Amino acid sequence: MSSRTTPRRVGRRIMGVHAGVVFAFFYAPIAILIVFSFSGDRIVGQWGGFTLDWYREFWNNDQLTNSITVSLQVALIATVASVVLGTLSALALERFRFRGRRVFDALLYLPIIIPDVTMGIMMLVFFAEGIDIVDSLLGINLAKGVTTITLSHIAFCISFVSVVVRARLSGMDERLEEAAMDLYATRWQTFRYVTLPQILPGVAGGGLLALTLSLDDVVISQFTSGPGATTLPVYVFSLIRKGVTPMINSVSVVMFVASLVLIAAMLTVDRLRSTGSSVPSAVPGGELSAEPAVGGHERGDT
Amino acid sequence: MTNTDTSPDDTDQPPPVAAATPAFEAAAIRAASRRGLFMALPAYVYLVIFFAVPFAIVVVYSFATRTRTGGTSLSGWNLNSYRRLGEQIVRDVLWRSLGLAILTTIICLVVAYPFAYYMTIVSATTRNVMLILVMIPFWTNFLVRNYAWRLLLSSGGPLSSVTETIGLGETDLLFTKTAVVIGLVYSFLPFMILPLYASIERIDHSLIEASRDLYASGSQTFRRVVLPLSMPGVIAGSILVFVPSLGAYVTPDILGGGKEVLLGSYIVTQFGTARNFPFGASLSVVLMVVMLTATVAYFRQGGRNL
Repeated sequence: MSSRTTPRRVGRRIMGVHAGVVFAFFYAPIAILIVFSFSGDRIVGQWGGFTLDWYREFWNNDQLTNSITVSLQVALIATVASVVLGTLSALALERFRFRGRRVFDALLYLPIIIPDVTMGIMMLVFFAEGIDIVDSLLGINLAKGVTTITLSHIAFCISFVSVVVRARLSGMDERLEEAAMDLYATRWQTFRYVTLPQILPGVAGGGLLALTLSLDDVVISQFTSGPGATTLPVYVFSLIRKGVTPMINSVSVVMFVASLVLIAAMLTVDRLRSTGSSVPSAVPGGELSAEPAVGGHERGDT
Repeated sequence: MTNTDTSPDDTDQPPPVAAATPAFEAAAIRAASRRGLFMALPAYVYLVIFFAVPFAIVVVYSFATRTRTGGTSLSGWNLNSYRRLGEQIVRDVLWRSLGLAILTTIICLVVAYPFAYYMTIVSATTRNVMLILVMIPFWTNFLVRNYAWRLLLSSGGPLSSVTETIGLGETDLLFTKTAVVIGLVYSFLPFMILPLYASIERIDHSLIEASRDLYASGSQTFRRVVLPLSMPGVIAGSILVFVPSLGAYVTPDILGGGKEVLLGSYIVTQFGTARNFPFGASLSVVLMVVMLTATVAYFRQGGRNL
């Protein structure tokens, strides 16, 4: 690479400025949101002196705090369930050939690529019409609310966990497992002492992704929530539709800070992983772009 | 878990003689197949009940009839809901959504490409910082990001006062098409940057040098070498932006004020106030078909390139 020629240097500088503008575009709205959440003026977006009133109002709003509880409840259950189911399916897909494997693989990818609205509608109709069938099958009584939201969240979180764990598994040396078995480790011991420690960062990353997606979701939750049980984003969305108040600013800032905490956790997990790919594997986009390699490999195999 | 651990153990450590027989191998393959299915089964069953069945119900509903009271009658299948797609009003919604999604994708591509390229030529430290700075908005709550623009664009709000002070007059962008496009670009730009960066970064740098050595100009090198080699990233990013933009529901509602009816909110209306489940279902099927076609195209392309 020669940097002698001036046009190249100019090009580089232009790209640098462009990158700066993109970052301003990314961060200016968030910065302004944070500033205005401390504004004393009743009109959103007008500066009226520093105040913490909106945070206080947020804290004293029972419906808001209730919806936070619902959100956390849903997210925790959905994360645990999808980590178990997603990891198992990743292991099955990466390590075994079995009947119906390709159908299962396709079924796992669909929830990732289907638009939110479609998935939301699907669950809405399912819980509205098919609910009697599920009730009689599972012997429970499903009222629209925390249960239905959680069930829908698990349905899309499994896929994301599975993709992350699979990426990790495919980068792992299978000979380590073979070596363990050659040394008379049982299947369970091999899993517990060889496979699991190796894929743990992937499992943790998948879990954090599931947690974030569940906490983030507006559309699917909106269609599966019932009276009395809404998640925080659904409640905030309904507030925004009714009309913006400065209190929404403060709620948004709290949600933003929560996201930051999750990102910090994500980056820590990411550092624990081996430096296999150049794009942090906590980025779904990076995984999706790596998918063709996996797809091509499978086509060649079968 | 434990059943599978204990029972096949004796077959797992076979005497070397037994390993050679085809019958033993077949048995081992069958055992592995059983084990795989057993592990996949919980997720498999879950996804069939809570994904495949709802999916199938929506497809079935798209062929059903709406009763006069807004219910859905499954007797007598027909294509009436699909016929309605030809109506002017519906076509307008479809074209408008398609146009907005394409516009969003193009803007994201134009903005993200130089950005992603720049990421590949800076130092490793700068690159890591840039990656993290791209990831933060990506992980930030979707609703918060859209709401931030609602605040920024509000009439008499921060942006408006800035343009007023520098003498551009008041801007009133909120609840316009422009606001929706800004919101969509803002929401999905990281989806474009990350795959683009991944594919540009993978390009063998000696190819670029070779092209320069052979007296290709900078723009020729870009058009003939860099761009073709980064096509997988371009396609991946475009699909990752296009599909969610086409089905967007929250952004048009918050920033468009629901003024411009788009596919996402139009579908929701059918299941809400309009109570026309079959028509809403047929619109969802159209959206899913577009999405599946795009994804299959992406895998085909990826299969050829990687």
